[in-house]
This record gives sequence, structure tokens and C-alpha cells, in this order.
Amino acid sequence: MSAPLVEVRNLKQYFPVKTGFFGTKPLKAVDDVSFYVNPGETLGLVGESGCGKTTVGRSLIHLYTPTSGEVYFNGERVEKGNIKQMRRRMQMVFQDPYSSLDPRMTVEDIIGEPLDVHGLYKTKAERRERILSLMETVGLNAEHARRYAHEFSGGQRQRIGIARALAAEPQFIVCDEPVSALDVSIQAQVINMFEELQDKLGVAYLFIAHDLLVVHHISDRIAVMYLGKIVEIADADDVNNNPMHPYTISLLSAVPIPDPDIARSRKRILLEGDVPSPLNMPSGCAFRTRCRYATEQCAQSCPSLTDRGNGHMVACFNR
Amino acid sequence: MSEYLLDVQDLHTSFFTDAGEVQAVNGVSFHLDPGEILGIVGESGSGKSVTAYSIMQILADTGRIVGGRILYKGDDLSKFSEKQMQKFRGKSCSIIFQDPMTSLNPVFTIGSQLKEAVVLHTDKRGKEADERVIELLELVGINEPQKRVKQYPFEHSGGMRQRVMIAMALACEPDILIADEPTTALDVTIQAQILELIQELQLKLGMAVILVTHDLGVIASMCDNVVVMYGGRICERGTASEIFYHPKHEYTKGLLRSIPNVNNMKERLVPIAGTPINMLNLPKGCSFCARCDNAMKICLDRVPEELEINENHKASCWMNVKQAFEEGGAAV
Repeated sequence: MSAPLVEVRNLKQYFPVKTGFFGTKPLKAVDDVSFYVNPGETLGLVGESGCGKTTVGRSLIHLYTPTSGEVYFNGERVEKGNIKQMRRRMQMVFQDPYSSLDPRMTVEDIIGEPLDVHGLYKTKAERRERILSLMETVGLNAEHARRYAHEFSGGQRQRIGIARALAAEPQFIVCDEPVSALDVSIQAQVINMFEELQDKLGVAYLFIAHDLLVVHHISDRIAVMYLGKIVEIADADDVNNNPMHPYTISLLSAVPIPDPDIARSRKRILLEGDVPSPLNMPSGCAFRTRCRYATEQCAQSCPSLTDRGNGHMVACFNR
Repeated sequence: MSEYLLDVQDLHTSFFTDAGEVQAVNGVSFHLDPGEILGIVGESGSGKSVTAYSIMQILADTGRIVGGRILYKGDDLSKFSEKQMQKFRGKSCSIIFQDPMTSLNPVFTIGSQLKEAVVLHTDKRGKEADERVIELLELVGINEPQKRVKQYPFEHSGGMRQRVMIAMALACEPDILIADEPTTALDVTIQAQILELIQELQLKLGMAVILVTHDLGVIASMCDNVVVMYGGRICERGTASEIFYHPKHEYTKGLLRSIPNVNNMKERLVPIAGTPINMLNLPKGCSFCARCDNAMKICLDRVPEELEINENHKASCWMNVKQAFEEGGAAV
């Protein structure tokens, strides 16, 4: 097997939260997460809001400085000191195409900014040429280069964000819910574009989303997160056809499938109650409070990911 | 003519904005039978929510119903006085909204807000009303209702708040529950809980439900009948299986091809080209013609009339007219 492009080891991201007048308490947004992404591969990262999936993406490219843990890119450690050079190779596409673009910059300058930062051109003409070719790559009309972000629709803005991420020719892009703010009929356009770009440029994605059907469609492998931890990670088809962790099982059964016969014949496995507060986590396995299989052992210690064959990793004592 | 529970006839609703008249709903007709779950599906700007708000007559100040009728058990809602309308809202028809975070008042307890609805619409007062509040919270599956009534909305999670909203809507057992994107703001596992709850209550209380959503998955698992809207008009209507398995409008077909499904995981999705419609500048013909691969000349000029495909299915698309003409030379 080839060496992974990105490797994350024991990543922890705690945020201090004020409790009362004096004390602070760590909020464990990401708690000991390890995974890798191969070159040209898409790893889907799913979970419900507040499970830490966005934080993983952000800590990975040092938008937050991780509390502890290591990130390796092509075998080289990503640190505060070299993050600027690293970001030439690792980029990010954000969820909200309305707030992630500066309203006072033209599209040309938005897409050109990574080129400026990394000094990737020699002449003005070269800069412009590259911007126009990037716009073409993502299906934007090159005539619109002098326009401002507000003149574009949501889907087009997301294309601008993608062109900006591609500008520095990265090998890896963190996509944080890139289609969830878009209309259904536009989502497919953007999903297809991600797939086409991957075929053409060989770029790898960490694709963060809560829509499991979209994630299954685009991903080679899928990692499922619950309260700051990865509970299951495997091939996309394995996760969907043979989910093992009780959380993954109920998550998949809750996905509304756009097919009346299938939707009506299957049984939803409803989870009781809500996700516990990350400030007040249950002992042992974080999922045990909502789990049907929970035993004494689950309260005492936290299961770690173990291989169940074919790289299907599951963190559960009872399954 | 038989009487429907709710009969919407050729509804036109417009918003009069600085930029001009926005025809948000443009000739929408449908009816609802008792105990039916009707889904209205469409993307943002399709007019699905405005249709729901028109029924409740809770449009924003700039909005007005400019044509058509809405009949409730045969009575025309536009002839209702404000007082009758108040009675209609709540007692006959209730609505729950997308965002459970903002639909509750943050400075009053859950209990007092529920009690307000109970007192307003029923003759229960004092202790009796309090008991009813507890009963309602139990009905929507909230644990420890005695404790919960004293709490404020911020002490509840999104799913809990949506349950409280449902309890409020059910306060006087309406005939119709309108759910406007009831689970869009919620996580999948919580969404499943709320959908299950709506289904359960629908069976238990026998009310009719209008479910407004953009999520075809939610429609597939919940609805008996489906109305597909685009650009303020109805494209297609029919039973869920007719719409999902035999779509007869180019927009519905495109929509179904463009979403990931269990059967097309390995294939590339087929997106609908173009961008969503500009409601300020509606085309003369079919709303969807600018994005339709099979658009013909007539589509640009004339709004297609609704054609009956079979008794469970109607669609408004010139393609069907063309096909019918080619097959049998039927005079249309």
C-alpha cells in the first residue's frame, strides 16, 4: 500500500469554556482522533451537529492550533512554523458560500489571493491567465471576473470558493459541508464537479457532511463521528451495507431514502433522547447513554477502534 | 360535488415589493381529505411555504392573496372575519415551522406558552388547563412533563422544542396540521424521532397533515400523495409511488436523477442545468422551460395545462401532450 497523503495521529482539540465566575472547563470537541487519507482518495466524515467533524477539518489545517496530536502531510509534520508552506498543498472549502467570500473583493481577487500569498506568478498577465483558467475549470464564465460575490447565486459562489481552493494547486482539500447550503437541484452540479476535479487533478478530499447519501455517493471510505470520537471507519460500501457500531446502524436507519417502497418497508431504529452535552460527557463510551447494547464495561472504559477485517474499524465492546 | 376537508382552488398569492410584484404562488389547486398526509415538495422559491401561509392567512405585510379560493369544509376562508379566522387557526388548522429555536418566546416558560394556546382555544381554565398542558407534553413524548413546564425554551434541545411546538399545534386537536419543513433544522436521528411522532399522532388523532419540505426522502417515507411545485406552479401531483416511479414532468424527472439514491451510488449524478428561477422575472410559458433539456417552442409561450395521466396522477408538461398526440392523435 502506498504511503498515506495525510495522516492524523491522536488529534485532540479542547476549547476552554467558562463555568461560573472563576473556573474553566475543557470542551472536548475532538478527543483522540486518528485517521489517514490516501492520495487521490475521498474520505467522508459524517456525524451530527456538535460531534466535532468541522473541528477535525479546521484543526487539521491549523485554523485552530490543536491541543495535542500530530498531523503529517506526505510524511512531513504540519506545525505552526511551516503551516504557510503546507497550506499550498492543503486547502479548504467552507460550508456557507455567503459568508466565506469577502464582499468587497472581486471574484478575480478572491481567486487570485492564494496566488498572491504564495507568489505563484511572475507577471500580472500570468496571474490573470491563471485566474481565468481556474474560473473555466469550475464552470464560471470568465467574463464575470470583475464582479463581486453578491452578484452570484449560491451554487456559483460555491464554485468561486472551490476555484480559490484550487488556485494553489493543492493535493488535499478539506470540504466542510460544501453542498448543504445549496438547493437540491444545484447540489448535484457541485458534487459532480468535485468528482470531475478529482479525476482530472488527482486531488484528495476530506469530505465533511451530515447528508449520508451524499457522503456515500462521493466517498471511497467513510468515518463516523460521535461526540468527538471516530466510532467506525471503513469502505463506503461496507459502512452502508454492513454497519457495525450501534450508532452507525441507527444513523443509517434514520436517513430518509427517496424511494417510497424502501422507505416504508424498512424499520427506523430510533435513538432515545438527545446527544449528551460535550461539557458533561458520560464516562467510558460516549454513546452508551443511548445505546441498546450498553453494558457495565461501557461505563468503565472507552472502547478503541479495532480492525474487524478488511480495514473495517469499529470502536465497540459488544458488536 | 363532494366536499373536501380543504379545497384550494386556483390560488394566486403575490408579494408587492419595491422591485415589483413577485408572483410567489401562481394558480395552485389541490384538495385534502380527512386523515390524508399530503406532501408539498419544491426547492426554495417554489412557493411551497407561501401556499401554506396563504391557507393560514399569515402572510407577511407585503403579501396578499390576489386570486382563487380556499374552502374549508365548503366555507370560503376569505369570507371569514378576523375572529372566525382566529378560531380557524388552532382549532381547525395548525402550523409548525421550520425553526423551533425562534418560534418559541424565550422569556416565557414552556408551560405558560402552552397554556396560552389551551386557554385561547378551549374552555379549559386554571387547573384543568394545566392538566391539559401536561397531557399534551406526554402526548408528544416529553419525559418528566411536570419539570419541563417550568423550564424556558433555551433549556431544551432542538428536537425537544419541535416537540413542544407540535404539542402547541395539537392543543385543540385540529383537523389539519401544516408542517412547514418541520425537520430541516434537526439532525437525522432527531429528524427520525419527529417524523415518527408526526406519523404516530396522525394515526392516533386522525388529522390530515400537509407536509411542506424540500427533502424527497422525507416525502417518500411519510406521504400518501405528493404535489411537486416549481416557480409558483404545480408541476405534477399524484400518489407517492406514481411520482417516484413514473414521474411525468421534466422537473420531477430531473430532480430524481440529481439526488443520490441507494441505486445510483456508483454512477455520476445527472444535475439539472442552470440556476433557480428568478421570481421577479417569470417566463411566459412553463416555469421550468429555461432549465429543461426537452423544452419545445410551445413551452416558452404557453403555460402547460394539467393533463390526467391516470386516476392517481396528473402532470402539467407539454411533453405529455405531445406524447398523447403522437400515440392516438387525441384532440387536446
